[in-house]
Amino acid sequence: MTEEREERQERADGAELREPAAPRPAPTAGDVADAARLVGFGLQPRLLPARDAEYAELIRRHREDPGFARLADAVAAGLGLIVLEVSPRAGMAVAAAEDSVFAVRMGDYARRAASDTGDRFLHGLAHLAAAALAFPRPEDLADDGYIGRITVHGVDAFVRQACRRLEERADEAGENTDPASDAPGLEAAWRVYVRRSATGATKDARRLASSTTGIIGKAVAFLVDSGFLQRTGDEHGGTYRTTARYQLQVRDMAGGAAMAELLDLGVVPVSDGSASLAPAAADDDFLAADAGLPFHAAPSS
Amino acid sequence: MSVPAPRVWGVTTTVPSAPHAAHAPHVPHALPGAPRPAPGPAADEGLARRLKALACTAPLHDLDARKANLAGEYSVYAMAEIALAAIDLVTLNMDFDTGADHDQIVARLLPRVAAQAPDRTHAEHERVARWVLENLINVGSADRGFRAVYGTFGADGHYVRRDYDFKLIEEVPGPGGSVYLRTTDEAVNVLVGALDTDVTSAQIAAEVKLEVLISRGRLADAQLAAEQARYRTVQYAETLRRTLEATRRNVRAVDWLRQVPDMIAEALDHVADRYRHENAILTNIRKARDEAEDPEHKRRAAELVDIVKDCIRRHTQLQSRLLEAGPLFRAEQDRQAFAAPPARAGLDLYGQLVAPVLPLPVERAARVTDAYFARGTGLRTPAAVRVGDLVDLLLTPPVEREHLGAEMPEPDLVATPDDSRFSDEQLESALELLDLPADAPRRLSGLLAEARRRDPDLPYLVALLAVHAASPPVGTAHRQGEPQLLFAVDDGTQLDDPEFGGADLIVGTARLAAAVAS
Repeated sequence: MTEEREERQERADGAELREPAAPRPAPTAGDVADAARLVGFGLQPRLLPARDAEYAELIRRHREDPGFARLADAVAAGLGLIVLEVSPRAGMAVAAAEDSVFAVRMGDYARRAASDTGDRFLHGLAHLAAAALAFPRPEDLADDGYIGRITVHGVDAFVRQACRRLEERADEAGENTDPASDAPGLEAAWRVYVRRSATGATKDARRLASSTTGIIGKAVAFLVDSGFLQRTGDEHGGTYRTTARYQLQVRDMAGGAAMAELLDLGVVPVSDGSASLAPAAADDDFLAADAGLPFHAAPSS
Repeated sequence: MSVPAPRVWGVTTTVPSAPHAAHAPHVPHALPGAPRPAPGPAADEGLARRLKALACTAPLHDLDARKANLAGEYSVYAMAEIALAAIDLVTLNMDFDTGADHDQIVARLLPRVAAQAPDRTHAEHERVARWVLENLINVGSADRGFRAVYGTFGADGHYVRRDYDFKLIEEVPGPGGSVYLRTTDEAVNVLVGALDTDVTSAQIAAEVKLEVLISRGRLADAQLAAEQARYRTVQYAETLRRTLEATRRNVRAVDWLRQVPDMIAEALDHVADRYRHENAILTNIRKARDEAEDPEHKRRAAELVDIVKDCIRRHTQLQSRLLEAGPLFRAEQDRQAFAAPPARAGLDLYGQLVAPVLPLPVERAARVTDAYFARGTGLRTPAAVRVGDLVDLLLTPPVEREHLGAEMPEPDLVATPDDSRFSDEQLESALELLDLPADAPRRLSGLLAEARRRDPDLPYLVALLAVHAASPPVGTAHRQGEPQLLFAVDDGTQLDDPEFGGADLIVGTARLAAAVAS
């Protein structure tokens, strides 16, 4: 998928320079308008080709007419968009490049997050955890047909469980995890989550925005608006299922970016491609199995 | 102090990151004979533990200190006492799925608050109860918790001030978006003290003690022990609930080969054992209750019966949860483990991102989550507003909010055919027949004969009502404040009737005592 995208990106970038040698009709103004319209459809993430005949027709043309495909990709690239996939199931799935006007900024997303590291982390973690629960196993992320299901309370409970295990480990090891008063930034991340209430009563019976379920609820509502999740019910704080676009975005964009940042911090998570949501039975066993591979190939990032 | 970097699930290798450890060049060398700053890490740890325990009581003292600041004369209320009572109530009302209801707790606190200042208004009592409960939750703070600062000596002899964050009552989501209250472990420990021991053994100890106390007839002590046993029962259920919840979320997150089956077997044994045990206790106390001469003893024994019954109820609830775990696992196993093998290896979001991020210091962890956020949230098309539209937008009056919501569609009702055996008139007639004076009961045979004269079908209804009256629901009628009740007694006389056989019941009306009193 990644190579395909890069290739397309390349093609899009060099569209004007490398005119095809084969005789091909020059794109007309009408073609450009169609290409731009396709990108415009792509910018409406909740719209699916199955629901709109014109969109479906443009998608078909993109897949069958390489000249048109190049044109559409060039329009997208010019707008600061990265094309993830063009298919009937996902439509024209585009993602915003980092400096694009379409990119979402944390400061616009949550005001408090701009000033408070803890809040910023919690908002980011909510998105990461939602994806982790939506695609619990590597196979789920790789399988195009997979549809994940998450609930707001489920995400909260899952992160809390992970945090609780860390807490138990720290307790077992006799560590004092209480942060020094003068260095709040050094507090372990899981503690920030544990400290925050899961929910809270409010005067108007809405979800307390600063609680963890409030933060996760905001994240999933935002993902619904991005066309990444579909709401299926109200149970457990809201239940949702994933869309093809979400899988593409997580697999091809977000996962890699976060992984690169993590590697940059000097943390090298090792994976053999199997799901690690399972705990190692005993630490010693695990070390013995993987001891020779401290830098096992991390997935492409 | 170094940053805690425990490996999680054995998948993360963290490069030692110790920005703090770097600047510790001047470790104070203890001079011979000079007093060390702390007598050793163990003692220091004990001190820290006690400081934390002390901190947990601070919010309660704080309530009494701050009541003077409230608008009004509130010094008559003992806030710490109300707070402890609130923690008690929440702990006892914590159920498996949810916690205690906010309003319910306030309502149950009211009698105690009212007792402290009987001449004040009900509204004030409620305000005080709410104020105490909200302060125990600490509604004003972002975390809805408390923070205490304490100091310890690090391994290198440096004095470090640390933050201890804790909650006493926390709010948890309930079904349907409601919010429930639960007491935290800290609060339970403040309440009954030294509870963070092995739950099972502590419970066994408590129950053995209870049995001994009962057999020696020391019921006052027995009640205290039984209440403590109930706290432990609640705590035990809570521990199991957490484990089962993790199982439900992800089958791979839990070791289903050994750990969980062992745990479930253990818990089932525990339930069976406790059930037997508590039933035995129940029988004993019931005997004590019935045989006790002293009314005070009798009352205490009756209370004890309630407590033990509640324990048994909780155990039964626990057991049904345990039995659900197996089928749940198999269903998840079907879905997850028996699918086709993966076509390509993907990114393991949990193992490679979430798990390694959580132990990092929050400043560094935020960089990773920021990177994820920037790429993972999708795109937003910026809104472009024309000045012309802006004027219109600003001048449009706000839409009135519908308080009543959308209009309900008229329900399409279908009349169900009336297939009752007896008509309303027949019922009325039968009830009229059975409306006997309290001092003049009648034989069923006479009633049947009279009914037959009115309507050939009526005797069936009368006989049915009379048989029903043979076992009258006295308790229900009493609770609902019915003034009288129909009853039927068999005195051995045979019924002589062409259509019915059996006993010729004596049917009469009994007046109920409560109704007489009122």
